Amino acid sequence: MAATFFPPRLLPSGDSAITVEFSRIIDDTANQRVLALDRALQEAPIQGVTEAVPTYRSLLVHYDPTQIDFAMLGEKLRAAAERPVSSEAKARRWRFPVAYGAENGIDLEDVAKALDTTPDDIVARHVAGQYRVAMIGFTPGWSYLSGLEKFLHMPRRENPRLQTPAGTISVGGVQTGIQCLAGPSGWHLLGRTPVRTYQLHRDPTFLLEPGDHVTFFAIDAKTFAEQDRAAEAGEIIAELIAA
Amino acid sequence: MSRLIVARIGPASSVQDGGRHGAQRYGLTPSGAMDRLALAAANCLIGNALFAAAVEISPFGASFTARDGAVRVGLAGAPRNADIAGRPVAFETSMTIADGETLTLGFAKGVIEGATKGATKGAAFSYLAIEGGIAGEAVFGSLAVNTRAGLGSPYPRPLQAGDELHAKPASGAAERRIELPAAAGGPIRVVLGPQDDEFSDESKALFLDSEWKISATSDRMGYRLEGPVIKHLHGHNIVSDGTVDGSIQVPGNGAPIVLMPDRGTSGGYPKIATVITADFGRFAQIPAGTGFRFKAISMAEAQAEAKKFAELLRSLPDRLRGIESFDLNIEALHGANVAGSAVSAVDAGTWHAIPVDVTTPD
Repeated sequence: MAATFFPPRLLPSGDSAITVEFSRIIDDTANQRVLALDRALQEAPIQGVTEAVPTYRSLLVHYDPTQIDFAMLGEKLRAAAERPVSSEAKARRWRFPVAYGAENGIDLEDVAKALDTTPDDIVARHVAGQYRVAMIGFTPGWSYLSGLEKFLHMPRRENPRLQTPAGTISVGGVQTGIQCLAGPSGWHLLGRTPVRTYQLHRDPTFLLEPGDHVTFFAIDAKTFAEQDRAAEAGEIIAELIAA
Repeated sequence: MSRLIVARIGPASSVQDGGRHGAQRYGLTPSGAMDRLALAAANCLIGNALFAAAVEISPFGASFTARDGAVRVGLAGAPRNADIAGRPVAFETSMTIADGETLTLGFAKGVIEGATKGATKGAAFSYLAIEGGIAGEAVFGSLAVNTRAGLGSPYPRPLQAGDELHAKPASGAAERRIELPAAAGGPIRVVLGPQDDEFSDESKALFLDSEWKISATSDRMGYRLEGPVIKHLHGHNIVSDGTVDGSIQVPGNGAPIVLMPDRGTSGGYPKIATVITADFGRFAQIPAGTGFRFKAISMAEAQAEAKKFAELLRSLPDRLRGIESFDLNIEALHGANVAGSAVSAVDAGTWHAIPVDVTTPD
């Protein structure tokens, strides 16, 4: 089966949502198509569409079936998907500080061992990456990033941890991610960022948009602790390089 | 300002409304009432916006005491024995709790009947709406409790005894009842997809032709189904995609899970079908242990039903009636006699007390 479907497949998710599927697998081209359709719907809203949720391979479009039906919306979505992909010039570029290893990244040494290299090499490779927010999901602010170099691809842990810290930066499969809230995870924990991708009573509540670009840079544990306190007080620690 | 004190309440009862929409793209789940029709009916009785925040009451008994003034409320959803200071009151009516009086609600009757007689109808959740709404701080336009995200107001967690809900003093308006259409019976209707092609025709037939029961290990995130094992064609891992209320996903063990309003916004298991909008509340109300079936319908039928359901919601204000208090009290008294000691037959500790499997990011 082809890696990407073009035109995309229109799959019913009940009577009030359509899954616009561009791929069945994690595929960069498909994700760019998803994000492009998401942008297209923001630029030229379709009457009756209430919400769009990008994922790696599909865009879930919620709609009000009293305003538009499946067939009509499907046609409009196909047409929107066929428009040329607009340039990503508007995508924002962020730099996130990360305290790698030790108590902030308890899996760093094990990952280095498993990949037959040093923790410093893992960090150097991870900060060299140019990542894009492929989707945000699971829990508020959990940002799935594409662009992880092949060397760092690792199967997920066989036994997921029930509790992992807020701000965890981890790798799992072909992805790396920014986890905002403490919670369960089966990924390998490399470090922590003081940046809150989701924080109530802060403007904006959600820092990242699907499609944003992200890079990481290393900070020490002491800096992390200081910045973590500042972030808790509502300061936005991440650096916005370009908007 | 009047206060309604939660004197007694069971687990998994919380403030819910129409939900928190528009931020699923950031991983924020909508939450909101399990049964939107019952929420809307309770609100309609006391002149509130249909999807204003109300108390969603799990099958266990509960009681509420008015302080610093009278509180007017509307009751709808799963019927229970109910009284104010010993005077029986009926569901699907409004009522005023005088200062110092207590509204006492019994165990949801349908759950008792489901557990003791295998009854095929009944309901689990009741809604207590307060005139003027519940005072709280909305996030993304909603007071709905979402425990995992730490959201909800006035308490970002299920309600506990001792909690206080601030309310407007009762208006003194004439009490009303609401005439709802007879509860629809029959199978829970679904539209196949989005990943029905991950299942063989035999698996799909098994899913549609079998009797299912909702496991006691269900909660507001998902209802686990007990029945035959549904096998996948290509394994149970797919690349995550978006979910909706009513998505029926099939994890590796082959036991389907129907995603409920506190679901994750994305999920990595194949989804064989989706419960239609018009039947979602009815599905959410099926008590644990009660048998039911699914039926696949076409998209056109499902969307026609969604329109009818929207029309029903819009018509609620036209369904309000004055109270012929004598008849209604007889009915309520009759209800009170029926319950007897059946409550003890249900092991309350098993219901909705255990969370669904820990899930992890895909």
